[in-house]
Amino acid sequence: MTKDDDPKAAEHSSKSEEERKRGLRRREFVKLVGGTGVAATAQVLAGQKFASAATTIPEEAAPGSIGEVAGPGPVAMTLRINGEVKKLTIEPRVTLLDALRNHLDLTGAKKVCDRGTCGACTVIVNSKPVYCCSVLAIEVADRGRKPGADIRTIEGIAPEGKLHAVSAAFVENDAQQCGFCTPGFVMSCKAYLDTHKNPTIEDVKHALGGNLCRCGTYVGVRNAVVQAAMSTKGGRA
Amino acid sequence: MADYHWPPTDKCNLIGRRISRLDGPWKSSGRIKYSYDLNRPNMLHGKMVFSPYAHAKVVSIDTSAAEKMPGVKAVEIMTEPGKEVFWEGHEVVAVAAETEEQARDAARAIQVRYEKLPHLVSDAAPDRAGEHTKQLAEQTDGNPDQMLQQAEVVSEGEYGSPVITHCCLEAHGQVAEWDGDDLTMYASTQNVSGIPGELAKANIVTSADKVRVLTPVMGGGFGSKFGADTWGLACARLAKKAGRPVKMMLERDQELMAAGSRPSMYAKVKVGAKKDGTLVGWQSESWGTGGPDAQGGAPNLPYVVRIPDRRVKHTAVLTNIGPARAWRAPNHPQMCVITMSALDDLAAKLAMDPVELLQKNIQMTGQLAKTYSAELDKAAELMDWKKKWHPRGDKTSGPVKKGLGVSIHTWGGAGHPSNCNCVIQPDGSVSVSLGSQDLGTGTRTVIGIITAETMGLPLEAVKVNIGDSKYPADGASGGSTTVGGVSSSTRRAATAALNQLMEKVAPSLSVKPEELEAVDGDIRVKGNPNKAISWKQACAKLGTTPITGVGQRQRGNDDLISSGVGGAQMAEVSVDTETGIVHVEKLVAVQDCGLIIDLKTAESQVYGACIMGITYSLFEQKLMDEQTGRCLNADLEFYKLAGIGDFDDIVVHMMTGQGFDERGVIGLGEPPVISPGAAISNAVANAIGVRVPTIPLTPDKVLAALEQKGAVA
Repeated sequence: MTKDDDPKAAEHSSKSEEERKRGLRRREFVKLVGGTGVAATAQVLAGQKFASAATTIPEEAAPGSIGEVAGPGPVAMTLRINGEVKKLTIEPRVTLLDALRNHLDLTGAKKVCDRGTCGACTVIVNSKPVYCCSVLAIEVADRGRKPGADIRTIEGIAPEGKLHAVSAAFVENDAQQCGFCTPGFVMSCKAYLDTHKNPTIEDVKHALGGNLCRCGTYVGVRNAVVQAAMSTKGGRA
Repeated sequence: MADYHWPPTDKCNLIGRRISRLDGPWKSSGRIKYSYDLNRPNMLHGKMVFSPYAHAKVVSIDTSAAEKMPGVKAVEIMTEPGKEVFWEGHEVVAVAAETEEQARDAARAIQVRYEKLPHLVSDAAPDRAGEHTKQLAEQTDGNPDQMLQQAEVVSEGEYGSPVITHCCLEAHGQVAEWDGDDLTMYASTQNVSGIPGELAKANIVTSADKVRVLTPVMGGGFGSKFGADTWGLACARLAKKAGRPVKMMLERDQELMAAGSRPSMYAKVKVGAKKDGTLVGWQSESWGTGGPDAQGGAPNLPYVVRIPDRRVKHTAVLTNIGPARAWRAPNHPQMCVITMSALDDLAAKLAMDPVELLQKNIQMTGQLAKTYSAELDKAAELMDWKKKWHPRGDKTSGPVKKGLGVSIHTWGGAGHPSNCNCVIQPDGSVSVSLGSQDLGTGTRTVIGIITAETMGLPLEAVKVNIGDSKYPADGASGGSTTVGGVSSSTRRAATAALNQLMEKVAPSLSVKPEELEAVDGDIRVKGNPNKAISWKQACAKLGTTPITGVGQRQRGNDDLISSGVGGAQMAEVSVDTETGIVHVEKLVAVQDCGLIIDLKTAESQVYGACIMGITYSLFEQKLMDEQTGRCLNADLEFYKLAGIGDFDDIVVHMMTGQGFDERGVIGLGEPPVISPGAAISNAVANAIGVRVPTIPLTPDKVLAALEQKGAVA
């Protein structure tokens, strides 16, 4: 979703002047709409993914009504993150990932591909794993008419200094090297194990198909998920 | 007194065991801050304008509109008008603004005019590259013409691997923060100790000691993060101009375009043997691109199996595909694909099992011949090779064909220069400090294990300080040189500190220091475990002055470390001849690396290398458009990395015990990533009856190969 924001477009800026006169460009469009239009766009983006748990944008999260216009300047919004209410004044085009990382210092979710491919930004929204680089913060915010979504980041799954069972299994099985993809994997695993108690290695291969690792920690991850499933059996950890 | 030599492995409590990495909990909890994660007070966000052309001259840059935009605080020209850019993604201007969005807007508002210049982004054939070639090497040993003429069987083929990228998940970049004339760089780097000097040389600071580099963790480098980089210099300048900290990380597209390319390598090979498989002659004409300035050098072919009579020639193609940077085991995976594929084709022509061909010629591998032989035996056992192997072309019915492939590899891995301070405090706490870094390899954990083992303490009792340029200087982490370097310096520093402690303690136990040993949390008299005092009591005798033990790994011989490893890998694949899709069913990796400090992280290195190898064997290629010179897949949808389901079993076996442990510590990061390309390519040839000449083994290439004569029906 950042391709149009790409600085390399600068070279075409004289052409862009003409475009500006003709009408809105896509990015300007995104800046202006904060209602269902954006949610629909994001749905389409997310809909391109498959075989991944970390895809679905919860429909109930779409705020506002048709015709509502927010932005392009910063607008006030409230996010419900890890059970806490966070008030922010940010532009409607700010993704949930950037809101978390740049405005709330919740940096467990990582920015890697920034376009819904790699899963490093996975957080859990209304119990579902979501690529939060492909969700606008305003989509999941509480803006009066509809309550905000329940957003859970890796910082919220265990208190500081303690490890969630999934994180502990990642340590035990050395399912991490550089560690940059790890929080995304942990969140995908947690969301999966919340609804699947007895996964096999084959199940894990499908469930975590939406997360990428460059160091090649997948063998450890497979073992970690199976171990975490055993240690969390009988209820959510 | 304690001896600095490694203890026998059967006497070790920690060395050689499977121990979880020390920074594991920081990472899997998401709490540790990478460079990309830092939000320093008042921090600005930097973005770059980069060239849309593969080759152009910058004519003019107009930043006036951008400078007036909301939130914009500083602009820095990175490529002055009149200078050239040499690949798409080449940095031109940087801008810093209050928010990331504002910085992007500002970058888009900067108007750069370019004069387009001719580009070349195809490395397919040097004879079509015109003047854009440079002959790097031509060498003849013995009499290859005569030997190849006399050979009873000769195999000819063309093999190769394309340009791929490093694709670090944490993009290149840093946060730069000034305090007066002092600069802190929170850099995602493989070279913490080296960056200050580089910044001084670039006149960013008045002297190197004004710079502090902090890298507690970093999100992958693979050879592409040794330098401060132009964006590091620009970030520091932006921060200076704005008087505020600036974070500037590459976005994914620029990361793939401009932050590192592995040179390609292709070769036309002729290799000959006697009927019994004895190799007699080699001839290769190779080429490849290491960017516009022929980085990467010439290969040394044939790889590992040194056929004495050979003629080799290498031509560099000068292209605008991107800047070549060292990529995990520079040149080795490429040389391995060429050599092991050629030998495998020869074996097929000889109607010989390729493992037998390697064993037959094992003396040509030189000093490591015995190691290779043992590793091939072990790999064959773990693969059940003898039972599963069939001559080329799976004759069973059905569209899915199975095959096996083998490859061997080598790497040096001698430790780099390293300095370590080990401090024992009067309260019993122990810390070790080195200006090294942990790329995710387990360096931090290895340092902790060695210190704790030396002191006879549990691992938790040791604090490991790395990732800070204020600590004693250490080498860059590249070429598998780190584990040897830090192991040697750490062992020496810890031993030196312990010996000072023993001198303090000896009088109270009425013995000489040399009669003492540190075991299980006590300092005790050797052979008399009852005559002991606890670690804490011993340290209390220091009064108020801590002990510092200094350890140095210098260049040259070092009896704690060694270099030169082998390694054998075998792949089992299935190929769907209707779709062309290759699936790796099993990859066996047998690897030696001398004395292993942490078996768990060592095995992880090998698993990871195998998976990275599967990725470049099946998926990776920097795809370029010849007309426009642009990269077609500068994103993670089309620059494909293997996912968790893209292979079945990986079996890792580390060679340990006699013959290995006593060699001391040897680097491990590079060797296991070398063989997968060849092993998997050979397995595909074994399955479908014909060679797919180049990796990645994508469905289109597999289907094209299946059209050839000799392919399975």
